[in-house]
Amino acid sequence: MEKKYWQSIEETRADFKPEAEEKETSMMEVLANEANDKSSSRRDFLKWCGISFFSATVISACENPVKKAIPYLHQPETLTPGKASWYASSLVDGNQFCSVLVKSRDGRPIKIEGNDLCKFTGGGTNAITQASVLSLYDDGARYKYPTKNGEKINWEAADREIKKALQEAGEKGKKCYLVTPTLLSSSATELITFLKAKYPALEFVSWDTVSYEAIRQAHNQTFNIPAIPDYHFDKAELIVSFSADFLATWLAPVSFANRYAKTRKLSDTKKTMSQHIHFEAGMSVTGSNADERIAVKPSTELEIIMELYNEMASLTGNPVFSSPATDFDTKTLAREILSKKGKAIIVCGHNNEEAQILINAINHMAESYGNTLDNAQPLNFGLDSKEAMDKMIENMEGGNTELVMFYKTNPLYNHPKADKIKEAMANVPISVSFATAKDETAKECTYILPDNHYLESWGEAMPKLGTYTLMQPVMQPIFNTRQFQSSLLAWMDMDTDYHAYIKTFAERTLFPKQNEYSDFQQFWLNTLQAGVFVTDETLNFNINLSQVAISDAIARLKNKTSTAGDIQFMTHQNVAVADGAYANNPWLQELPDPVTKITWDNFAAISPKFADENRLKDGDIISINGLEIPVAAQPGQAYGCISIALGYGREYAGKVGDHTGVNAFRLLNDKAFPWNVQSWEKTGSGYEFARSQTHHSMEGRHIVRESTLDKYKENSKAGNEIRDYHLKHMVTLYPGHKYEGHHWALMVDLNACTGCSTCVIACQAENNTPVVGKDEVRRRRIMHWMRIDRYYTGDAENPGVVYQPLMCQHCDNAPCENVCPVSATNHSHEGINQMAYNRCVGTKYCINNCPYKVRRFNWFQYAKNDKFDYHMNSDLGRMILNPDVTVRERGVVEKCSFCIQRIQEGKLKAKNERRKLKDGDITPACAGSCPSNALVFGDLNDPDSRVAKLVKDPRNYHLLEELHTLPTVGYLTKIRNKKG
Amino acid sequence: MIASGIRWPMVAATKSNNEITRELVAPNEEELPIWWYVGMGLGTLMLAYGAWAFYMSLTVGIGTWGLTNSVGWGWDIINFVWWIGIGHAGTAFTIFFLVFRQRWAASINRTAEAMTVFAVLCAALFPLLHMGRPWLAFFIMPYPNTRLLWVNFNSPLLWDVFAISTYLLMSITLWYFGMVPDLATMRDRAKNKVSRAIYGFFSMGWNGSMIAYNRYETLTRILGGLAAPLVISVHTIVALDFSISILPGWHATILPPYFFVGAIFSGFAMVLTIMILLRKAFKISDFITDKHFDAITNVLKFGSLVIGLAYAIEIFIAWYSGVEYEMYTFLNARATGSFSTAFWIMVFCNAIAPQVFWFKKARRNVWILFTVSIIINIGMWFERFIILISSLAEDFLPSSWTDYSPTLVDIGIYVGTFGIFICGMLLFIRFIPIIAVNEVKAFKKDGN
Repeated sequence: MEKKYWQSIEETRADFKPEAEEKETSMMEVLANEANDKSSSRRDFLKWCGISFFSATVISACENPVKKAIPYLHQPETLTPGKASWYASSLVDGNQFCSVLVKSRDGRPIKIEGNDLCKFTGGGTNAITQASVLSLYDDGARYKYPTKNGEKINWEAADREIKKALQEAGEKGKKCYLVTPTLLSSSATELITFLKAKYPALEFVSWDTVSYEAIRQAHNQTFNIPAIPDYHFDKAELIVSFSADFLATWLAPVSFANRYAKTRKLSDTKKTMSQHIHFEAGMSVTGSNADERIAVKPSTELEIIMELYNEMASLTGNPVFSSPATDFDTKTLAREILSKKGKAIIVCGHNNEEAQILINAINHMAESYGNTLDNAQPLNFGLDSKEAMDKMIENMEGGNTELVMFYKTNPLYNHPKADKIKEAMANVPISVSFATAKDETAKECTYILPDNHYLESWGEAMPKLGTYTLMQPVMQPIFNTRQFQSSLLAWMDMDTDYHAYIKTFAERTLFPKQNEYSDFQQFWLNTLQAGVFVTDETLNFNINLSQVAISDAIARLKNKTSTAGDIQFMTHQNVAVADGAYANNPWLQELPDPVTKITWDNFAAISPKFADENRLKDGDIISINGLEIPVAAQPGQAYGCISIALGYGREYAGKVGDHTGVNAFRLLNDKAFPWNVQSWEKTGSGYEFARSQTHHSMEGRHIVRESTLDKYKENSKAGNEIRDYHLKHMVTLYPGHKYEGHHWALMVDLNACTGCSTCVIACQAENNTPVVGKDEVRRRRIMHWMRIDRYYTGDAENPGVVYQPLMCQHCDNAPCENVCPVSATNHSHEGINQMAYNRCVGTKYCINNCPYKVRRFNWFQYAKNDKFDYHMNSDLGRMILNPDVTVRERGVVEKCSFCIQRIQEGKLKAKNERRKLKDGDITPACAGSCPSNALVFGDLNDPDSRVAKLVKDPRNYHLLEELHTLPTVGYLTKIRNKKG
Repeated sequence: MIASGIRWPMVAATKSNNEITRELVAPNEEELPIWWYVGMGLGTLMLAYGAWAFYMSLTVGIGTWGLTNSVGWGWDIINFVWWIGIGHAGTAFTIFFLVFRQRWAASINRTAEAMTVFAVLCAALFPLLHMGRPWLAFFIMPYPNTRLLWVNFNSPLLWDVFAISTYLLMSITLWYFGMVPDLATMRDRAKNKVSRAIYGFFSMGWNGSMIAYNRYETLTRILGGLAAPLVISVHTIVALDFSISILPGWHATILPPYFFVGAIFSGFAMVLTIMILLRKAFKISDFITDKHFDAITNVLKFGSLVIGLAYAIEIFIAWYSGVEYEMYTFLNARATGSFSTAFWIMVFCNAIAPQVFWFKKARRNVWILFTVSIIINIGMWFERFIILISSLAEDFLPSSWTDYSPTLVDIGIYVGTFGIFICGMLLFIRFIPIIAVNEVKAFKKDGN
């Protein structure tokens, strides 16, 4: 053993312990000492601190990163955090128009509602309008700064170079072009005129992908006035439509749906409704709502128009021209129209000048002008000119063009001659795109000068004569973008503040048209707040029919139809992506097509007979005139015609829109009869559609109850007779719920619902419903809280179609409630079946036991998940989320809540204002968005409320009432105005 | 003792107690045969597949399954009910043995109980895993908590929680206490310290005295008596998961008895499968005789008839009730529609195939016995498939009708439970006497 030396005398003692050893106590001993209630030393304290810091670090390292909410340094006076502000604005995009109210929470717009003050739209919206706010936050696709050849550039440099080009073009004798769609804004049109004055080399081309030019031109031919009258379906007793999908896409669908519904609604005091006869090839939303729908291919349809004209002409003593005979009984139709003189309306959706001329003549003979057709205040749509566009392409090809600019147009995607334009653009030294987000044209342009989103812009629109609406920004531009009009101002060396410009414009043009306000500032603020301004100015519309135009039209039309082939195709826009401009919007891509319920794709609709004959099954890919597209057998599709939706198959739209579906613009052509299928063949490959509904028959069940007007007039309960039986047999041993305060209920008028699916998007926007993608829709896991069920009745070749909006029925005797083991879903004292997401463990028993199958399960984590790379996977995209509604976690069940957050808000508002809640104070998202006011929400306990009255309507029934679930959602039977 | 109606030699040859012990513990003491390793390897592979599926379900979510927003329960609950059904046999055998004094069951009930324990463990996995948020599974336990939340006693799922956990506890207890004398035998015969210590620990100081036997007999009778209602309750409550709902095909009072009989039926078929395999593997044909198989086939015949009757009654009531949804489910969806193939497989397997047991030749042919026992369990799986999927996939509103097909993860979990079952059973036959040695000794004289 090593020899030990002592250092002090103490060390020699037996009981000595060195100091150092004593101090080296283990951590356990420290803890033990602490536990033994010994006072801790400074050293212990430091040890404890060490442990605490260490464990705190470890524990906090496991947590999610903290995101700080930074309060305002200077809070804006008008803004209360957590409280929404509302601004009136307008969605204007080519022929898309809607007067809207924008809900803004903490400086970010999150929801669009219709503007009730706008008489023209009637306060409704459509799906595109509802979803437009999401495009604002499209992080991946929006252009964030001006670029030249893909390199970032500043605005001044871009302006300088473009001004130079505009200047030099004139000097070189070359042309400059500005291509825009129909501009509803007179201020923008005026600005372009000024720009043209400054740069004479500039030519202005107006070009629409889906054109209404023919209607305007036809009126020019027949009445010598290039105008499109306003269609007052609300004044019509007989509506005859040739392929005009006026409830979904044609001209001003929001307004038309609103007016149409007015003639379709029935009550004990109004037992009349319009009769709607519809000719078309493909099954459209409007066609599916018709009382009588005739499925014909386009050539036959045009022949029927000619024959109908002749029949009417012979009955009214006008000149008759020879025309091909058809199988359809046009004589009876002609008589019917003439028996409803002044109360009929005939519309045609073909952009075919000859057909439109005949339609004008028919309307003239039916005395529609001045009655159902408003020619005094005509519509301002369809200002485009195909001729100008063609001339431009020619000029570009000729190399005589210095500069070409594209505003809200994307011809490289949706022009039939896209390839030609692309080649021609090589001859144009400078090209400019004002695109807000990625598009095929901008990709090929030298300069991209990104325009603001409409919610960041100032503007004004005149959808029809005498109706002006204003557009105001709801937020500062998110990116370094500049409004298109400001760019024009910059090139005229003017102040680029478009706000100031539009204000002076309003002072110059709008202010003098009224006499309510004497002070402009007051006028301006009030108009801006209302968003809409109406004058009584009229157009002098002389309705002297030109017979020359008609004889000429019939001759030309006969020529055209004589070249028609056996198999034809028809293209149309759908309610979701329209002409493809909205292809990168995940809400719209996932919106089931109202009729086929196919999401995320377009398809070639063929008639079931055609499918059988050619042994085609759904998803088989065929090639039509060289375009490969999967087919879907569509009941009601005209035999011999293939219908394809436009707007799909984008190649440069963003991660959502790219390569979904097929680009049908490629099929369009300039031929005399453009709809011939020259060749088609099976390719042998297949495809699986993502449908939200795959079974189409009601299996004889009383789900959608339908009757005819005649029967309804005899008995208001027509079609709903079985309800009495159900009510009689309803017995229970248990006492029902008592609702002492409110008892919320929703009524759905199946006669007013057109199936347009606006409510589906409105609900998605309001309730933070995730987008799940094509694959998950195929697995039938679409998350929409509200869906529109569509059933076919009768013959497959021309079936009846019924729609049924289905949301949580909020049963008083809810089957979902009693089966949840943890009471995560329970009944409120106001009759709402509510979900406590925090409590839900996800047994899915409620999903199984819900007879309406309205419950949705979060199969995955849909937010912040790269597998679901839609808006909820980017910081900017998540700005759209409604802060009043939880984003649900993976593994919980969710469903319609009757927009409980809105109910709460309404109640609090009434309470703050010290008043009772009144009917109409609370509107759920679905009811608020509906253009035809088919949904009515209210309190059953308030005897004066609309729902309390509607629930007593003999047409009312509750879905699956025989199960005694006692739903609070009621449906009013569908009544069709047809014989039998 | 009360003489049993069925009398035949329980032990085929006259054997001394010593011989019986030696023969019955042989599988535990001899070298492990090759097939055991093969089986264990296979079981482990299955477990590995199951573990992957389990991992996917937990980390990615049950979206990896084939469920839809209409079909909320699929393979998860089908397999749950199927395993629970199989798990019925053990306790049923015990009751046959202890309560109904069917002493022939003595030589089978050990294995049957082991099977029950593993089957119920497999079954219990599914309700846990099928939750959207399994990490919050404790929410369904009624315990006082600071959040002042309480469970919903109206929900059959909650009854399930109690029924299954009680059943699992009871079957483990029964199995274990029945093993104590044999564990003591193993302890006494153990050749090394470790196994002696382990067997010694679990045999709880069993000394084989009369007092010990007396207490043991009393305890097993009491446990048997307690278990008897549980056999009925557990599957009744599983049936109530369906009966309480309002879906056509689920909402029926016939389901509890029908499920109970179905469970006994499938459990006995599984016992038959396993006993045939064991008899083939070990020299135990003196203890598991053809007469034992005869007795099991009697139960199977009875079960098959009851189930066939239940199928017929269901269809009749659907028609007789005049409820269109019921009629559609039974007459269209099940018998003639989208699910008719599965339906007729079910009818054949459960109601028709077992009728072959009316013939003595069939009962004596091990191959037929084995095949039919497998067919029955396939049939019983299809029965659950039919009940679950046809009712969910095509219910009230045709707009929500969907197709259903399982994914690799669904299949993985099912395969994984087989892994648990196979590995469990193999470990069981390795370490515990597969036939209750002490019970056989007690009854060996009967019929001799």
